[in-house]
Amino acid sequence: MLLTNTEEIPGKRITAFYGVVSGSTVRAKHAGRDIMAGFKNIFGGELKGYTELLQESRDEAIKRMKAQARQLGANAVVNVRFSTSSVAAGAAEIYVYGTAVTVE
Amino acid sequence: MDALIQLIFFLTLLTLGYVFGKIAEKKHYRSIIEREKQWMQIPTTSGRRVLGTDREVKRVQLATGSVVISVDYFKRILAGLRNIFGGNVQSYETLVDRARREAVLRMKESCPQADQIINLRLETASISKGNKNQIGSVEVLAYGTAVYLYPASTAATSP
Repeated sequence: MLLTNTEEIPGKRITAFYGVVSGSTVRAKHAGRDIMAGFKNIFGGELKGYTELLQESRDEAIKRMKAQARQLGANAVVNVRFSTSSVAAGAAEIYVYGTAVTVE
Repeated sequence: MDALIQLIFFLTLLTLGYVFGKIAEKKHYRSIIEREKQWMQIPTTSGRRVLGTDREVKRVQLATGSVVISVDYFKRILAGLRNIFGGNVQSYETLVDRARREAVLRMKESCPQADQIINLRLETASISKGNKNQIGSVEVLAYGTAVYLYPASTAATSP
């Protein structure tokens, strides 16, 4: 599955469009990460637990979008965009969407 | 007596935050500048076209990088004071600057073989927003399309 966030794929021709596909995930952090983040909050610096959380939820959202595109028979997704929102305190919602296409 | 203990506790946190925060920021900036030099070989643009080259595109791929960075206690108090007088909140300015540059660097590091990265986009998330203990942190997600080109010799034969 080919993913890009440009409208077209450089060097390839799009032969069919299937419309918008999307994937989203809401992931909460566990208490251990929260406590570590509390400590880090005094000293400043990277919150590794939260970085991991963000990464996991991003990968999960992409996976779901790919599954949807595959179901439609597409072999690529163009114009991919990420979006985030805060549904609940302490949870990360990542939403990824794009246009499913077939390229040769 | 109770108030005194609280004051001492507060001041200790403040000093700890100041000292360690300063060290962490300096160290981070040094690493950012060094790595930015190292990754200069991958030109990155927020434009949509492949940057001036006549070499043909071999393949493309989505590249992402993300980071969550928090501000230290001292700076958080300082920013709180800033809220009264208004003006530049410099302690948060360096925070977002570090986070954005770090996210872009991680994106580049995720595809070391790429020739260019086009259509760079930056997005901020909020895991800790609305948390009661007020974690002052910024979460940045950088993504773009990594472009792999054919070596120059094959492009020379095509026109």
